[in-house]
Amino acid sequence: MSKKNDGAGLNSRLVRKPMQKWGWLFLLPTFAAFIIGFIWPFVQGIYLSFCEFHVASDAEFIGLGNYVKVFSDVGFMNAFKNTALFAVVSIILINVVAFMIAYALTQKMRGSNLFRTVFFMPNLIGGVVLGYIWSLIFDGILANYSTYLTANASYGFWGLVILVAWQQIGYMMIIYIAGLQSVSEDMLEAAKIDGASGAQTLFKVIIPNVMPSITICTFLTLTNSFKLFDQNLALTGGLPSIIENGTKVNATELLALNIYSTYNIKWTYHGVAQAKAVIFFLLVAVLAIAQQTLTGRKEVQQ
Amino acid sequence: MKKYSLSSKILSCFFVLLSLVWVFPIWEVIINSLKSNDYVKLEPFALPNSETFVGFANYVKGLTFGNYPFLKSVGYSLFITVVSVVLILLCCSMAAWYIARVQSTASKVFYYLCLFSMIVPFQMVMFTLTSTAKDLSLNTPWTIPIVYLGFGAGLAIFMFVGFVKGLPLEIEEAAVIDGCGPIQTFFQVILPMLKPTMISVGILELMWVWNDYLLPYLVLDITEYRTIPIHVQYLKGSYGTVDLGATMAIIMMAILPIIIVYLFCQKHIIKGVAAGAVKG
Repeated sequence: MSKKNDGAGLNSRLVRKPMQKWGWLFLLPTFAAFIIGFIWPFVQGIYLSFCEFHVASDAEFIGLGNYVKVFSDVGFMNAFKNTALFAVVSIILINVVAFMIAYALTQKMRGSNLFRTVFFMPNLIGGVVLGYIWSLIFDGILANYSTYLTANASYGFWGLVILVAWQQIGYMMIIYIAGLQSVSEDMLEAAKIDGASGAQTLFKVIIPNVMPSITICTFLTLTNSFKLFDQNLALTGGLPSIIENGTKVNATELLALNIYSTYNIKWTYHGVAQAKAVIFFLLVAVLAIAQQTLTGRKEVQQ
Repeated sequence: MKKYSLSSKILSCFFVLLSLVWVFPIWEVIINSLKSNDYVKLEPFALPNSETFVGFANYVKGLTFGNYPFLKSVGYSLFITVVSVVLILLCCSMAAWYIARVQSTASKVFYYLCLFSMIVPFQMVMFTLTSTAKDLSLNTPWTIPIVYLGFGAGLAIFMFVGFVKGLPLEIEEAAVIDGCGPIQTFFQVILPMLKPTMISVGILELMWVWNDYLLPYLVLDITEYRTIPIHVQYLKGSYGTVDLGATMAIIMMAILPIIIVYLFCQKHIIKGVAAGAVKG
């Protein structure tokens, strides 16, 4: 591999040699921070998931005990169901709407730049602030029916779907617009000359050619919805609490929030929370990799 | 003169309506920030009238409301964001240049660890990162940028390496022949060429750090240091007794600067996001 790179001129001895003497200056600041901010916490996190601990220094190895507790945890299973359903709904909703808006905005239309600006705007506002604003709106609407947002789990769930769709459609739209603009005019003209209908052009020419954008956007919406935390916390905080199989569970909690609140139950749950976090990480990693290989395969070679 | 067909005019009208739906939540915050507290909850969708209008009283109140001065949290948010983003851009571009040009085992391992870190959710390292930061006294606004550099390095390194690999080596070789050392080459030759990627990475990291809630909430001592998201979340803590008018004014003051910055640099921001996604 590196031999080949030498040949292609990507690796020059002339440039490399003097750099190596200064390697510590270039790499060390980032690498040191990376160890503090990622590698060490990650490794320690895996170890602690097999321990009972209050703070990191008093950890006592207990084997798989925490993991056993996770799988009998009703709240975690409920959060998993919520997250899976939320991910499916929001991936479809966000990508379909974002693609349609992007497709319309790349046609000749008055004011398309203004619309683009408006749709992207919610991305600049933090999830906590958005959650606050939307909880006011939903409470205001539901007040007409003399109820409120955290009265019913389905209000909170669909409220979160609306909030996140409102926020992320603009982001995905930007990516789809970039993808649509890279479809060559020649190809579209050739389709026209060959007598392809509008729908045929869309499904046989445009969509296969924006497949890289679709891969990116489904990847982002998938990982975003699994990692969603701020909006969940600020909108409902997981409420309402309901009784399921004799245990109190927070009905609108997603996985990230469930892990967070497990830390706050009491210190004996720290190990369980960390085990949940490891399972959560594995889940996100497997889904991310699976999604990349699945949609990546459909991309057109150019 | 461009010509617009009838169907495109209808489509434009539809998009005007959709845009109004999109800005509605912001509109809500604006009108409610001008109403007195009682009416915010009572009739949240009504425009302020002579009875409910209080002018900027909520804004004045908002500055001191919530047991913590709002401007102090603005200051901490600004400091943490600016220092973290500058640190990430500088350190990661230097590291990325080294990784792209010196393909040693160490730099390859570092690169793949960076890629790996991009799929790890924050909850995985939440507890341990917090305790590590406290052990190393990184739990103040002055030192938390180091934590951001560590956790944000993955994306930045990935994007910078992708860009540097596309740069022609001849320019750097010429610089070396002309007697430039690595430091001079980096700052005078590489850094100017990295500008478009700097903008992309800078915008993505800026949006992340500025809006981040959980990391500063867990790491910082929040009785002393609060950022804007922490400040807003704490207003909600006592829902019902809270002054909603003042809260709306605080939210308005929190989002207005971002929206103004966005309107001025939207071209860069939108381009930056699109470029970031193509590489990601």
